[in-house]
Amino acid sequence: MSGERLDGLSVRDVRVSFDGFTAVDGVSLEVPAGDIRFLIGPNGAGKTTLVDAITGLVRATGSVRFGDEELLGRPVHRISRLGIGRTFQTSTVFEELSVLQNLDIAAGARRSWATLARRRRGVPDEVAAALETIGLAERAAHLAGTLAHGQKQWLEIGMLLVQDARLLLLDEPVAGMSHEERDATGVLLETVSRDRTVVVIEHDMDFLRRFARSVTVLHAGRVLSEGTVAQVQADPRVQEVYLGHPVDAGSARTGLEA
Amino acid sequence: MTAVTPAPPSTAVRPAPAGAVPPGRPAGRSRLRTLAGFAFGAAVLFAVAPLVLSDFRLALLAKYLCVAMVAVGIGIAWGRGGMLTLGQGVFFGLGGYAMAMHLKLADAGPGGMPDFMQLYGQLDELPLWWRPFASPWFALPATVLLPMAVAFGLGSLVFRRRVRGAYFAILSQALAAAMVILLIGQQGTTGGTNGLTDIKGFFGYDLDDPVNQRMVYFIIAGTLLALLALTRQLIHSRYGELLVAVRDGEERVRFLGYDPASVKLVAYVVAAGMAGLAGALFVPAVGIISPALIGIVPSIEFVIGVAVGGRASLLGPVLGAVAVAWARTALSERFPGTWTYLQGLLFVVVVAFLPGGLASLWALARRRDVAAQPLRRGRLSLGRRRAERTEVPAA
Repeated sequence: MSGERLDGLSVRDVRVSFDGFTAVDGVSLEVPAGDIRFLIGPNGAGKTTLVDAITGLVRATGSVRFGDEELLGRPVHRISRLGIGRTFQTSTVFEELSVLQNLDIAAGARRSWATLARRRRGVPDEVAAALETIGLAERAAHLAGTLAHGQKQWLEIGMLLVQDARLLLLDEPVAGMSHEERDATGVLLETVSRDRTVVVIEHDMDFLRRFARSVTVLHAGRVLSEGTVAQVQADPRVQEVYLGHPVDAGSARTGLEA
Repeated sequence: MTAVTPAPPSTAVRPAPAGAVPPGRPAGRSRLRTLAGFAFGAAVLFAVAPLVLSDFRLALLAKYLCVAMVAVGIGIAWGRGGMLTLGQGVFFGLGGYAMAMHLKLADAGPGGMPDFMQLYGQLDELPLWWRPFASPWFALPATVLLPMAVAFGLGSLVFRRRVRGAYFAILSQALAAAMVILLIGQQGTTGGTNGLTDIKGFFGYDLDDPVNQRMVYFIIAGTLLALLALTRQLIHSRYGELLVAVRDGEERVRFLGYDPASVKLVAYVVAAGMAGLAGALFVPAVGIISPALIGIVPSIEFVIGVAVGGRASLLGPVLGAVAVAWARTALSERFPGTWTYLQGLLFVVVVAFLPGGLASLWALARRRDVAAQPLRRGRLSLGRRRAERTEVPAA
């Protein structure tokens, strides 16, 4: 239903400062097409700020390319139209509209004013497909505000799918979810990554171990470590950052060592 | 590890929700109800009101219906779009003055000047900017297009800079104040505090004749119904859904690839056009347009009517505007001086206890009805819970 072509994300030397405080300090990373990349790091590491920079919410220097397109310097809605979609830590579905209306709006950024002036008749194909993918077909006519927390997150992801986002930037998608919902979300991510590139900010290490294809660890605005889950877990610098001292004790608190 | 899909397996075989309309509102029945509603409204406005109301009361109703047109626009901009516009008087005034200028010039005859200009204007000839209004082909479209153009200019500046909430409200109110100051300051060409008064004719018809007053009333009633039909289409269109989305999550909409500024701009410009049209029709109905009718106080009164009626509904703003305007007349006839306090009290009570306005009473009552059928609802949700349980095998 989407993704005519699969593109990767290339971040080069991105810096973001707020009034002298440097939140992202020269981050470079390559996310190959079709990857499920997890961004982890302690609070204040700059994960969300980096996503803000990629999506145009904050001003940044450096270069962010998705496929052949440079993203930095464009307004938010233009970046979105290039196929970059994101979710937020708090769910931001339109609670006063139905599930179907939410998806229909997400699908419609390229609609002409003439189309907008008319009523929606029936369900657009991509919306119907997304309803199936996220498992909310039965609840299509319900107000989004009545959904359970996990369902709202799925609706958010569904909105990215119909938006035809080819790069999904998900900010803590499984926070507050039950185990079953986490599993379902992970499977959903695997499904959608078949023809899309996915970047996930997440604190849940169990979720990361199961579904990450690659991991980037940020610390104090810089890339600390990068690689597969196993490589990152074995990196002593990562353990130091998470535990505050070099490797010795059990790192059960972070769950980084399985 | 077996994969668990978020979709309950059963959904795969179930057909996609047909029609996908809000629950309990099949499209056909809703359309029929709307038609019936419009027919009822037309019957009341065109048959019942002229029969039961005296000429005096009918003229008052014509005035209220003009206020209701402004209210319909505010319902779109504020109720659906979240833009609390406290300056609709500006657009009402632009439409009103455009119409009044034309009627004054028509009263004065070809080459003549409006009476007030000779009185205190000491002008030898018509000011340049009055001249185009001599032609109805310019003046009539201008009553709507002029306010829309001003709203477009202002909105383009304001929405792109992401001015919203209280800041937008204050800005729009300041605009109303500025317009009044401008009009009063230019007494020689605008009539100053008095405004444009003593309008006698309306495209060749004598406005003192009750028959012609009745005709003006019918034009106003018909226009209001047409605006309601337009608004209904707008609310139910994809744009209408998008507008609500912008109201509730402007940032989110931006991340979906829309420019919320242009979405808001359309609603604001439409509301301004409606206010302009209302102002234009107000002039023949009442025979005057003046700064006191378009300043801050009337601008706020427009909004109070909308809030009382229910800003997000289609009919709420109309009923609220008419009810408040009627109450104002009725109460100030009996207890002069208390109306202002009552109006303030009414506003506070509605905002505090009934944020959806009177229109939400209907919905509240219906929800009670539904809640009174626990059996049906219970079974539905039970069924769903069971489906959820089967969907997730223990991981």
